[in-house]
Amino acid sequence: MEPILETINLTKRFGGLVAVSDVSLKVETGEIKAIIGPNGAGKTTIFNAITGVDPPTAGEIRLKGRKINGLKPYEIASQGISRTFQNVELFDNMSVLENVMVGRHPRTFSGLLSALFHLPKSIAEEKAIRDDAMERLAFVGLSSSAQELASKLPFGQQRVLELARAWATDPKLLLLDEPAAGLNSHEATVLADLILKIREKGTTILLVEHDMELVMDISDKILVVNYGKKIAEDKPEEIQDNQEVIKAYLGEDFKER
Amino acid sequence: MLGLVALPMVMRNPYYLGIMVFMGIYSLISIGLSLLMGYAGQISLGHAAFFAIGAYTSGILTTKAHLSPLPAFLAAIVLTACIAFLIGIPTLRLKGHYLAMATLGFGQIVYVALNASVDFTGGPSGFGEIPRIALGNFVVESQLSRYCLVWALVIIVLLFSLNLIHSRVGRALRSIHSSELAANAMGVNTSKYKIQVFVLSAIYASIAGSLYAHFVTFISPGSFDLEFSILLVTMVVVGGMANVWGALLGTVLLTLLPEFLRGFKDYDILIYGSTLLLIMIFMPEGLFGLVKKLRTVHGKT
Repeated sequence: MEPILETINLTKRFGGLVAVSDVSLKVETGEIKAIIGPNGAGKTTIFNAITGVDPPTAGEIRLKGRKINGLKPYEIASQGISRTFQNVELFDNMSVLENVMVGRHPRTFSGLLSALFHLPKSIAEEKAIRDDAMERLAFVGLSSSAQELASKLPFGQQRVLELARAWATDPKLLLLDEPAAGLNSHEATVLADLILKIREKGTTILLVEHDMELVMDISDKILVVNYGKKIAEDKPEEIQDNQEVIKAYLGEDFKER
Repeated sequence: MLGLVALPMVMRNPYYLGIMVFMGIYSLISIGLSLLMGYAGQISLGHAAFFAIGAYTSGILTTKAHLSPLPAFLAAIVLTACIAFLIGIPTLRLKGHYLAMATLGFGQIVYVALNASVDFTGGPSGFGEIPRIALGNFVVESQLSRYCLVWALVIIVLLFSLNLIHSRVGRALRSIHSSELAANAMGVNTSKYKIQVFVLSAIYASIAGSLYAHFVTFISPGSFDLEFSILLVTMVVVGGMANVWGALLGTVLLTLLPEFLRGFKDYDILIYGSTLLLIMIFMPEGLFGLVKKLRTVHGKT
Protein backbone atom coordinates (compact mmCIF):
# COMPACT_ATOMS: atom_id res chain seq x y z
CA MET A 1 0.00 0.00 0.00
CA GLU A 2 1.02 3.54 -0.65
CA PRO A 3 2.56 5.22 2.41
CA ILE A 4 0.73 8.18 3.96
CA LEU A 5 3.90 10.21 4.11
CA GLU A 6 7.08 9.82 2.18
CA THR A 7 10.16 12.01 2.17
CA ILE A 8 12.75 11.51 -0.53
CA ASN A 9 16.29 12.73 0.16
CA LEU A 10 15.00 15.45 2.45
CA THR A 11 17.76 18.00 3.06
CA LYS A 12 17.74 21.19 5.06
CA ARG A 13 20.70 23.54 5.26
CA PHE A 14 20.97 26.62 7.45
CA GLY A 15 23.83 28.50 5.81
CA GLY A 16 26.78 26.13 6.07
CA LEU A 17 25.12 23.89 8.62
CA VAL A 18 23.46 20.76 7.26
CA ALA A 19 20.68 20.11 9.78
CA VAL A 20 19.04 17.31 7.81
CA SER A 21 20.85 15.37 5.15
CA ASP A 22 19.23 13.07 2.58
CA VAL A 23 16.65 11.63 4.93
CA SER A 24 14.22 9.31 3.19
CA LEU A 25 11.42 7.98 5.32
CA LYS A 26 8.05 6.38 4.88
CA VAL A 27 5.12 6.38 7.27
CA GLU A 28 2.59 3.63 6.54
CA THR A 29 -1.14 4.07 7.06
CA GLY A 30 -2.21 3.38 10.63
CA GLU A 31 1.21 3.02 12.17
CA ILE A 32 2.89 4.87 14.99
CA LYS A 33 6.39 5.77 14.03
CA ALA A 34 8.92 7.45 16.28
CA ILE A 35 11.95 9.51 15.33
CA ILE A 36 14.66 9.41 17.98
CA GLY A 37 18.17 10.74 18.19
CA PRO A 38 20.41 13.01 20.23
CA ASN A 39 19.61 16.71 20.67
CA GLY A 40 20.41 18.66 17.55
CA ALA A 41 20.12 15.58 15.33
CA GLY A 42 17.53 17.34 13.17
CA LYS A 43 14.29 15.82 14.42
CA THR A 44 12.31 19.03 14.84
CA THR A 45 13.84 20.35 11.61
CA ILE A 46 12.28 17.36 9.82
CA PHE A 47 8.91 18.24 11.39
CA ASN A 48 9.23 21.87 10.39
CA ALA A 49 10.08 20.84 6.84
CA ILE A 50 7.11 18.49 6.59
CA THR A 51 4.67 21.10 7.95
CA GLY A 52 6.01 23.88 5.72
CA VAL A 53 7.12 26.07 8.64
CA ASP A 54 10.70 25.85 7.38
CA PRO A 55 10.63 24.41 3.84
CA PRO A 56 13.38 21.95 2.90
CA THR A 57 16.42 23.04 0.88
CA ALA A 58 16.21 19.94 -1.30
CA GLY A 59 14.29 16.72 -1.60
CA GLU A 60 10.65 15.95 -1.83
CA ILE A 61 7.78 15.42 0.62
CA ARG A 62 4.71 13.50 -0.47
CA LEU A 63 1.42 13.11 1.31
CA LYS A 64 -0.44 10.11 -0.14
CA GLY A 65 1.72 10.35 -3.23
CA ARG A 66 1.09 14.06 -3.79
CA LYS A 67 3.99 16.45 -3.50
CA ILE A 68 3.39 18.95 -0.69
CA ASN A 69 6.63 20.84 -0.38
CA GLY A 70 6.17 24.41 -1.50
CA LEU A 71 2.73 24.58 0.06
CA LYS A 72 2.12 27.04 2.89
CA PRO A 73 1.76 25.71 6.45
CA TYR A 74 -2.00 26.33 6.55
CA GLU A 75 -2.42 24.53 3.21
CA ILE A 76 -0.48 21.53 4.48
CA ALA A 77 -2.67 21.50 7.60
CA SER A 78 -5.77 21.55 5.39
CA GLN A 79 -4.35 18.70 3.30
CA GLY A 80 -4.28 16.59 6.43
CA ILE A 81 -1.07 16.99 8.42
CA SER A 82 -1.54 18.37 11.90
CA ARG A 83 1.00 18.83 14.66
CA THR A 84 1.79 19.71 18.25
CA PHE A 85 4.79 21.72 19.40
CA GLN A 86 7.79 21.01 21.58
CA ASN A 87 7.01 24.12 23.64
CA VAL A 88 3.24 23.94 23.95
CA GLU A 89 1.64 26.52 21.63
CA LEU A 90 -1.91 26.84 22.89
CA PHE A 91 -4.13 29.85 22.28
CA ASP A 92 -3.72 31.18 25.82
CA ASN A 93 -6.36 33.88 25.50
CA MET A 94 -9.05 31.36 24.59
CA SER A 95 -10.97 28.73 26.52
CA VAL A 96 -10.13 25.04 26.39
CA LEU A 97 -13.21 24.45 24.25
CA GLU A 98 -12.38 27.31 21.86
CA ASN A 99 -8.89 25.91 21.36
CA VAL A 100 -10.34 22.65 20.09
CA MET A 101 -12.94 24.58 18.06
CA VAL A 102 -10.10 26.31 16.18
CA GLY A 103 -8.92 22.79 15.36
CA ARG A 104 -12.11 22.34 13.34
CA HIS A 105 -11.15 25.30 11.15
CA PRO A 106 -9.82 23.41 8.11
CA ARG A 107 -12.88 21.14 8.02
CA THR A 108 -15.45 23.95 8.10
CA PHE A 109 -16.30 26.76 5.73
CA SER A 110 -18.21 29.79 7.09
CA GLY A 111 -16.47 32.94 5.89
CA LEU A 112 -16.47 36.58 6.85
CA LEU A 113 -19.77 37.53 5.21
CA SER A 114 -21.84 34.67 6.56
CA ALA A 115 -20.36 35.43 9.98
CA LEU A 116 -21.19 39.16 9.79
CA PHE A 117 -24.77 38.47 8.74
CA HIS A 118 -25.13 35.53 11.11
CA LEU A 119 -26.56 33.38 8.30
CA PRO A 120 -28.43 30.18 9.22
CA LYS A 121 -25.80 27.96 7.64
CA SER A 122 -23.09 29.58 9.71
CA ILE A 123 -25.19 29.18 12.89
CA ALA A 124 -25.71 25.49 12.11
CA GLU A 125 -22.04 25.02 11.36
CA GLU A 126 -21.08 26.80 14.57
CA LYS A 127 -23.21 24.36 16.55
CA ALA A 128 -21.65 21.40 14.75
CA ILE A 129 -18.17 22.76 15.52
CA ARG A 130 -19.04 23.15 19.19
CA ASP A 131 -20.58 19.67 19.47
CA ASP A 132 -17.64 18.05 17.73
CA ALA A 133 -15.16 19.88 19.96
CA MET A 134 -17.08 18.87 23.10
CA GLU A 135 -17.00 15.23 21.99
CA ARG A 136 -13.26 15.39 21.52
CA LEU A 137 -12.81 16.98 24.94
CA ALA A 138 -14.85 14.15 26.44
CA PHE A 139 -12.68 11.65 24.59
CA VAL A 140 -9.47 13.06 26.03
CA GLY A 141 -11.02 13.66 29.46
CA LEU A 142 -11.06 17.45 29.54
CA SER A 143 -14.83 18.09 29.46
CA SER A 144 -14.94 19.50 32.95
CA SER A 145 -12.41 22.21 32.05
CA ALA A 146 -14.09 23.18 28.76
CA GLN A 147 -14.84 26.77 29.81
CA GLU A 148 -11.53 27.44 31.53
CA LEU A 149 -8.78 29.51 29.97
CA ALA A 150 -6.27 27.23 28.27
CA SER A 151 -3.39 28.92 30.11
CA LYS A 152 -4.99 28.04 33.47
CA LEU A 153 -4.69 24.27 32.88
CA PRO A 154 -1.90 22.30 34.59
CA PHE A 155 0.97 21.62 32.19
CA GLY A 156 0.15 17.93 31.73
CA GLN A 157 -3.38 18.81 30.63
CA GLN A 158 -2.08 21.51 28.32
CA ARG A 159 -0.20 18.79 26.44
CA VAL A 160 -3.40 16.75 26.25
CA LEU A 161 -5.34 19.78 25.04
CA GLU A 162 -2.80 20.48 22.34
CA LEU A 163 -3.12 16.88 21.19
CA ALA A 164 -6.92 17.19 21.14
CA ARG A 165 -6.72 20.43 19.16
CA ALA A 166 -4.43 18.88 16.55
CA TRP A 167 -6.59 15.77 16.34
CA ALA A 168 -9.70 17.94 15.85
CA THR A 169 -8.46 18.83 12.35
CA ASP A 170 -9.14 15.18 11.38
CA PRO A 171 -5.56 14.71 10.23
CA LYS A 172 -4.41 11.87 8.02
CA LEU A 173 -1.09 12.22 9.77
CA LEU A 174 -0.50 13.63 13.23
CA LEU A 175 2.98 14.88 14.13
CA LEU A 176 3.78 15.01 17.83
CA ASP A 177 6.90 16.94 18.79
CA GLU A 178 8.08 15.60 22.17
CA PRO A 179 4.57 15.10 23.55
CA ALA A 180 5.84 13.77 26.89
CA ALA A 181 8.45 16.45 27.55
CA GLY A 182 7.93 17.93 31.01
CA LEU A 183 5.40 15.28 32.05
CA ASN A 184 5.76 13.03 35.08
CA SER A 185 5.58 9.28 34.55
CA HIS A 186 1.88 9.08 35.38
CA GLU A 187 1.03 11.89 32.96
CA ALA A 188 3.21 10.27 30.33
CA THR A 189 1.30 7.00 30.69
CA VAL A 190 -2.03 8.79 30.34
CA LEU A 191 -0.71 10.51 27.22
CA ALA A 192 0.60 7.25 25.75
CA ASP A 193 -2.83 5.65 26.20
CA LEU A 194 -4.42 8.62 24.52
CA ILE A 195 -2.05 8.41 21.56
CA LEU A 196 -2.93 4.72 21.15
CA LYS A 197 -6.66 5.51 21.36
CA ILE A 198 -6.34 8.21 18.71
CA ARG A 199 -4.47 5.80 16.46
CA GLU A 200 -7.31 3.28 16.89
CA LYS A 201 -9.65 5.97 15.56
CA GLY A 202 -7.72 5.80 12.31
CA THR A 203 -5.02 8.46 12.63
CA THR A 204 -1.45 7.72 11.60
CA ILE A 205 1.13 9.13 14.00
CA LEU A 206 4.71 10.29 13.64
CA LEU A 207 6.38 11.43 16.83
CA VAL A 208 9.66 12.77 18.10
CA GLU A 209 10.35 11.81 21.70
CA HIS A 210 13.12 11.42 24.25
CA ASP A 211 11.13 9.33 26.73
CA MET A 212 12.43 5.92 25.58
CA GLU A 213 9.98 3.95 27.67
CA LEU A 214 7.08 5.66 25.92
CA VAL A 215 8.72 5.30 22.50
CA MET A 216 9.41 1.56 22.95
CA ASP A 217 5.89 0.99 24.32
CA ILE A 218 3.78 2.58 21.64
CA SER A 219 5.83 2.67 18.43
CA ASP A 220 5.52 0.16 15.62
CA LYS A 221 8.69 1.41 13.97
CA ILE A 222 11.52 3.64 15.08
CA LEU A 223 13.73 5.79 12.94
CA VAL A 224 17.03 6.94 14.40
CA VAL A 225 18.78 10.08 13.22
CA ASN A 226 22.18 11.42 14.16
CA TYR A 227 23.89 14.52 12.74
CA GLY A 228 20.97 14.97 10.35
CA LYS A 229 21.37 11.49 8.86
CA LYS A 230 19.22 8.42 9.16
CA ILE A 231 21.30 5.72 10.89
CA ALA A 232 18.69 3.06 11.48
CA GLU A 233 15.02 2.19 11.00
CA ASP A 234 13.46 -0.86 12.58
CA LYS A 235 11.08 -2.33 15.14
CA PRO A 236 11.64 -1.25 18.78
CA GLU A 237 13.17 -4.61 19.82
CA GLU A 238 15.67 -4.52 16.97
CA ILE A 239 16.57 -0.88 17.60
CA GLN A 240 17.44 -1.68 21.21
CA ASP A 241 20.03 -4.19 19.98
CA ASN A 242 21.42 -2.08 17.18
CA GLN A 243 25.06 -1.35 18.04
CA GLU A 244 25.22 1.88 16.08
CA VAL A 245 22.10 3.25 17.79
CA ILE A 246 23.41 2.25 21.21
CA LYS A 247 26.65 4.05 20.50
CA ALA A 248 25.04 7.20 19.12
CA TYR A 249 22.10 7.62 21.42
CA LEU A 250 20.73 4.92 23.72
CA GLY A 251 23.93 4.19 25.66
CA GLU A 252 25.40 0.86 26.73
CA ASP A 253 23.24 0.40 29.78
CA PHE A 254 19.90 0.95 28.06
CA LYS A 255 19.01 -2.76 27.82
CA GLU A 256 19.63 -3.34 31.52
CA ARG A 257 16.91 -0.94 32.63
CA MET B 1 -28.16 50.44 24.85
CA LEU B 2 -31.57 51.42 26.21
CA GLY B 3 -29.93 54.46 27.75
CA LEU B 4 -28.81 55.49 24.28
CA VAL B 5 -32.35 55.41 22.98
CA ALA B 6 -33.73 57.22 26.01
CA LEU B 7 -31.01 59.85 26.16
CA PRO B 8 -32.33 62.36 23.59
CA MET B 9 -35.76 62.25 25.22
CA VAL B 10 -34.38 63.77 28.41
CA MET B 11 -31.56 65.74 26.85
CA ARG B 12 -32.58 68.11 24.10
CA ASN B 13 -29.64 70.47 24.48
CA PRO B 14 -28.14 70.55 20.96
CA TYR B 15 -24.65 71.14 22.32
CA TYR B 16 -24.66 67.91 24.27
CA LEU B 17 -26.36 66.06 21.44
CA GLY B 18 -23.60 67.34 19.18
CA ILE B 19 -21.00 65.76 21.46
CA MET B 20 -22.96 62.51 21.35
CA VAL B 21 -22.97 62.65 17.55
CA PHE B 22 -19.19 62.85 17.48
CA MET B 23 -19.01 60.10 20.05
CA GLY B 24 -21.02 57.94 17.66
CA ILE B 25 -18.74 58.76 14.71
CA TYR B 26 -15.66 57.88 16.74
CA SER B 27 -17.33 54.71 18.00
CA LEU B 28 -17.79 53.46 14.45
CA ILE B 29 -14.03 53.66 13.94
CA SER B 30 -12.99 52.38 17.34
CA ILE B 31 -15.20 49.29 17.07
CA GLY B 32 -13.38 48.37 13.86
CA LEU B 33 -10.00 49.13 15.40
CA SER B 34 -10.89 46.91 18.33
CA LEU B 35 -11.54 44.02 15.93
CA LEU B 36 -8.18 44.67 14.27
CA MET B 37 -6.11 45.33 17.40
CA GLY B 38 -7.88 43.58 20.25
CA TYR B 39 -9.00 40.48 18.40
CA ALA B 40 -6.57 39.94 15.54
CA GLY B 41 -3.65 41.59 17.35
CA GLN B 42 -2.65 43.89 14.47
CA ILE B 43 -2.01 47.55 15.21
CA SER B 44 -2.85 50.42 12.88
CA LEU B 45 -1.65 53.99 13.34
CA GLY B 46 -3.18 54.99 10.02
CA HIS B 47 -6.90 54.74 10.52
CA ALA B 48 -7.38 58.49 10.28
CA ALA B 49 -6.51 57.98 6.61
CA PHE B 50 -9.45 55.63 6.01
CA PHE B 51 -11.68 58.11 7.86
CA ALA B 52 -10.32 60.79 5.51
CA ILE B 53 -10.82 58.70 2.38
CA GLY B 54 -14.45 58.13 3.37
CA ALA B 55 -15.00 61.83 4.10
CA TYR B 56 -13.25 63.15 0.98
CA THR B 57 -14.83 60.61 -1.38
CA SER B 58 -18.30 61.48 -0.10
CA GLY B 59 -17.50 65.19 -0.09
CA ILE B 60 -15.99 65.34 -3.56
CA LEU B 61 -18.55 63.09 -5.22
CA THR B 62 -21.51 65.03 -3.81
CA THR B 63 -20.14 68.55 -4.41
CA LYS B 64 -18.13 68.19 -7.61
CA ALA B 65 -19.82 65.22 -9.29
CA HIS B 66 -23.25 66.12 -7.84
CA LEU B 67 -23.97 62.56 -6.83
CA SER B 68 -26.52 62.14 -4.07
CA PRO B 69 -25.12 61.13 -0.68
CA LEU B 70 -26.13 57.45 -0.71
CA PRO B 71 -24.30 56.38 -3.91
CA ALA B 72 -21.35 58.56 -2.86
CA PHE B 73 -21.37 56.81 0.49
CA LEU B 74 -21.28 53.39 -1.21
CA ALA B 75 -18.54 54.53 -3.58
CA ALA B 76 -16.51 55.68 -0.57
CA ILE B 77 -16.86 52.25 1.00
CA VAL B 78 -15.73 50.49 -2.17
CA LEU B 79 -12.77 52.83 -2.68
CA THR B 80 -11.67 52.53 0.96
CA ALA B 81 -11.97 48.74 0.82
CA CYS B 82 -9.79 48.61 -2.32
CA ILE B 83 -7.14 50.90 -0.85
CA ALA B 84 -7.12 49.00 2.46
CA PHE B 85 -6.74 45.74 0.55
CA LEU B 86 -3.78 47.02 -1.47
CA ILE B 87 -2.12 48.58 1.59
CA GLY B 88 -2.87 45.53 3.72
CA ILE B 89 -1.12 42.99 1.49
CA PRO B 90 2.41 44.30 2.06
CA THR B 91 2.02 45.91 5.50
CA LEU B 92 0.28 43.04 7.28
CA ARG B 93 3.31 40.86 6.62
CA LEU B 94 5.02 43.04 9.21
CA LYS B 95 4.67 42.58 12.93
CA GLY B 96 4.61 44.79 16.00
CA HIS B 97 6.50 48.06 15.73
CA TYR B 98 7.18 47.57 12.03
CA LEU B 99 3.47 47.30 11.30
CA ALA B 100 2.84 50.38 13.47
CA MET B 101 5.44 52.36 11.48
CA ALA B 102 4.14 51.18 8.10
CA THR B 103 0.54 52.14 8.88
CA LEU B 104 1.72 55.43 10.35
CA GLY B 105 3.57 56.07 7.09
CA PHE B 106 0.45 55.32 5.09
CA GLY B 107 -1.54 57.76 7.21
CA GLN B 108 1.04 60.47 6.61
CA ILE B 109 1.06 59.85 2.85
CA VAL B 110 -2.70 60.32 2.68
CA TYR B 111 -2.43 63.43 4.86
CA VAL B 112 0.24 64.94 2.62
CA ALA B 113 -1.70 64.01 -0.51
CA LEU B 114 -4.83 65.74 0.79
CA ASN B 115 -2.79 68.89 1.43
CA ALA B 116 -0.98 68.79 -1.89
CA SER B 117 -3.72 68.06 -4.41
CA VAL B 118 -5.22 71.54 -4.11
CA ASP B 119 -7.40 71.36 -7.25
CA PHE B 120 -9.09 68.25 -6.05
CA THR B 121 -9.32 68.58 -2.28
CA GLY B 122 -8.92 72.29 -1.73
CA GLY B 123 -5.53 71.66 -0.16
CA PRO B 124 -4.82 72.72 3.42
CA SER B 125 -7.89 74.96 3.58
CA GLY B 126 -10.22 72.13 2.56
CA PHE B 127 -13.60 72.67 0.98
CA GLY B 128 -17.17 73.20 2.12
CA GLU B 129 -20.78 73.23 0.99
CA ILE B 130 -21.06 69.47 1.20
CA PRO B 131 -24.78 68.71 1.01
CA ARG B 132 -26.56 67.20 3.97
CA ILE B 133 -27.98 63.71 3.90
CA ALA B 134 -31.63 63.63 2.90
CA LEU B 135 -33.97 60.70 3.36
CA GLY B 136 -36.80 61.55 0.95
CA ASN B 137 -37.90 65.03 1.96
CA PHE B 138 -36.39 64.73 5.41
CA VAL B 139 -33.01 66.42 5.71
CA VAL B 140 -30.70 65.17 8.44
CA GLU B 141 -29.83 68.57 9.80
CA SER B 142 -30.85 68.84 13.44
CA GLN B 143 -28.54 67.37 16.05
CA LEU B 144 -31.34 65.03 17.08
CA SER B 145 -31.69 63.50 13.61
CA ARG B 146 -27.91 63.19 13.31
CA TYR B 147 -27.81 61.55 16.68
CA CYS B 148 -30.41 58.99 15.61
CA LEU B 149 -28.71 58.24 12.29
CA VAL B 150 -25.21 57.83 13.64
CA TRP B 151 -26.18 55.72 16.64
CA ALA B 152 -28.43 53.52 14.51
CA LEU B 153 -25.35 52.83 12.39
CA VAL B 154 -23.24 52.23 15.50
CA ILE B 155 -25.75 49.62 16.67
CA ILE B 156 -25.75 47.92 13.26
CA VAL B 157 -21.94 47.89 13.11
CA LEU B 158 -21.80 46.63 16.69
CA LEU B 159 -24.19 43.77 15.90
CA PHE B 160 -22.16 42.83 12.83
CA SER B 161 -19.01 42.86 14.90
CA LEU B 162 -20.47 40.76 17.71
CA ASN B 163 -21.65 38.24 15.11
CA LEU B 164 -18.15 38.15 13.72
CA ILE B 165 -16.50 37.69 17.11
CA HIS B 166 -18.65 34.69 17.95
CA SER B 167 -17.94 32.88 14.72
CA ARG B 168 -15.40 30.64 13.05
CA VAL B 169 -13.70 33.70 11.59
CA GLY B 170 -13.67 35.49 14.95
CA ARG B 171 -11.99 32.51 16.56
CA ALA B 172 -9.46 32.40 13.73
CA LEU B 173 -8.65 36.08 14.35
CA ARG B 174 -8.09 35.49 18.05
CA SER B 175 -5.93 32.46 17.31
CA ILE B 176 -3.72 34.67 15.10
CA HIS B 177 -3.37 37.12 17.99
CA SER B 178 -2.31 34.35 20.34
CA SER B 179 0.08 32.31 18.17
CA GLU B 180 0.44 32.72 14.44
CA LEU B 181 2.54 29.56 14.35
CA ALA B 182 -0.19 27.44 15.93
CA ALA B 183 -2.94 29.17 13.94
CA ASN B 184 -1.18 28.19 10.70
CA ALA B 185 -0.77 24.64 11.96
CA MET B 186 -4.54 24.52 12.50
CA GLY B 187 -5.12 25.44 8.85
CA VAL B 188 -5.92 29.10 9.50
CA ASN B 189 -4.92 31.21 6.49
CA THR B 190 -3.47 33.95 8.68
CA SER B 191 -2.67 36.47 5.92
CA LYS B 192 -6.16 36.21 4.45
CA TYR B 193 -7.93 36.85 7.75
CA LYS B 194 -5.58 39.67 8.71
CA ILE B 195 -6.35 41.43 5.43
CA GLN B 196 -10.09 40.77 5.76
CA VAL B 197 -10.31 42.33 9.22
CA PHE B 198 -8.07 45.22 8.13
CA VAL B 199 -10.40 45.95 5.21
CA LEU B 200 -13.47 45.60 7.45
CA SER B 201 -12.11 48.06 10.00
CA ALA B 202 -11.22 50.46 7.17
CA ILE B 203 -14.80 50.24 5.89
CA TYR B 204 -16.12 51.14 9.36
CA ALA B 205 -13.80 54.16 9.37
CA SER B 206 -14.97 55.11 5.88
CA ILE B 207 -18.63 55.01 6.98
CA ALA B 208 -17.71 57.31 9.87
CA GLY B 209 -15.89 59.62 7.44
CA SER B 210 -18.85 59.92 5.08
CA LEU B 211 -21.16 60.80 7.98
CA TYR B 212 -18.63 63.34 9.22
CA ALA B 213 -18.47 65.04 5.83
CA HIS B 214 -22.25 65.37 5.51
CA PHE B 215 -22.75 66.45 9.12
CA VAL B 216 -20.01 69.06 9.32
CA THR B 217 -20.37 69.99 5.60
CA PHE B 218 -16.80 71.25 5.55
CA ILE B 219 -13.63 69.16 5.58
CA SER B 220 -9.93 69.93 5.67
CA PRO B 221 -6.87 67.73 6.22
CA GLY B 222 -6.42 69.00 9.79
CA SER B 223 -9.16 66.67 11.02
CA PHE B 224 -7.37 63.60 9.69
CA ASP B 225 -3.84 63.93 11.01
CA LEU B 226 -1.61 61.54 12.92
CA GLU B 227 -2.92 62.91 16.21
CA PHE B 228 -6.36 61.65 15.31
CA SER B 229 -5.01 58.16 14.47
CA ILE B 230 -3.32 58.08 17.84
CA LEU B 231 -6.47 59.28 19.60
CA LEU B 232 -8.37 56.37 18.02
CA VAL B 233 -5.79 53.83 19.17
CA THR B 234 -5.85 55.39 22.64
CA MET B 235 -9.64 55.03 22.81
CA VAL B 236 -9.37 51.33 22.07
CA VAL B 237 -6.50 50.74 24.48
CA VAL B 238 -7.93 52.78 27.37
CA GLY B 239 -11.30 51.09 27.01
CA GLY B 240 -9.82 47.62 26.91
CA MET B 241 -8.57 46.10 23.69
CA ALA B 242 -9.82 42.58 24.20
CA ASN B 243 -13.45 43.56 23.82
CA VAL B 244 -15.57 45.71 21.48
CA TRP B 245 -17.54 47.01 24.47
CA GLY B 246 -14.22 48.18 25.86
CA ALA B 247 -13.60 50.17 22.68
CA LEU B 248 -17.02 51.80 23.09
CA LEU B 249 -16.28 52.61 26.72
CA GLY B 250 -12.94 54.14 25.79
CA THR B 251 -14.58 56.24 23.08
CA VAL B 252 -17.19 57.52 25.52
CA LEU B 253 -14.54 58.44 28.07
CA LEU B 254 -12.15 60.15 25.68
CA THR B 255 -14.97 62.12 24.04
CA LEU B 256 -16.47 63.31 27.32
CA LEU B 257 -13.27 63.87 29.29
CA PRO B 258 -12.13 66.99 27.37
CA GLU B 259 -15.63 68.46 27.81
CA PHE B 260 -15.55 67.94 31.57
CA LEU B 261 -12.06 69.37 31.75
CA ARG B 262 -12.96 72.62 30.02
CA GLY B 263 -13.50 74.22 33.43
CA PHE B 264 -9.87 73.61 34.33
CA LYS B 265 -8.67 75.97 31.60
CA ASP B 266 -4.93 75.60 31.04
CA TYR B 267 -4.66 72.56 33.26
CA ASP B 268 -6.99 70.43 31.17
CA ILE B 269 -4.22 68.78 29.14
CA LEU B 270 -2.36 67.96 32.34
CA ILE B 271 -5.38 66.29 33.93
CA TYR B 272 -6.28 64.56 30.66
CA GLY B 273 -2.78 63.10 30.40
CA SER B 274 -2.59 62.00 34.02
CA THR B 275 -6.01 60.34 33.80
CA LEU B 276 -4.82 58.24 30.86
CA LEU B 277 -1.58 57.46 32.65
CA LEU B 278 -3.38 56.34 35.81
CA ILE B 279 -5.80 54.18 33.84
CA MET B 280 -2.97 52.43 32.04
CA ILE B 281 -0.95 51.91 35.24
CA PHE B 282 -3.79 50.62 37.40
CA MET B 283 -5.98 49.03 34.73
CA PRO B 284 -3.66 47.47 32.18
CA GLU B 285 -6.66 45.71 30.65
CA GLY B 286 -8.44 49.03 30.28
CA LEU B 287 -11.77 50.18 31.66
CA PHE B 288 -13.49 47.05 30.49
CA GLY B 289 -10.98 44.94 32.41
CA LEU B 290 -12.07 46.77 35.55
CA VAL B 291 -15.75 46.28 34.79
CA LYS B 292 -15.12 42.56 34.29
CA LYS B 293 -13.17 42.31 37.54
CA LEU B 294 -15.91 44.10 39.50
CA ARG B 295 -18.49 41.82 37.99
CA THR B 296 -16.67 38.63 39.02
CA VAL B 297 -16.06 39.97 42.54
CA HIS B 298 -19.72 40.89 42.79
CA GLY B 299 -20.76 37.51 41.43
CA LYS B 300 -18.76 35.65 44.04
CA THR B 301 -20.07 37.49 47.10
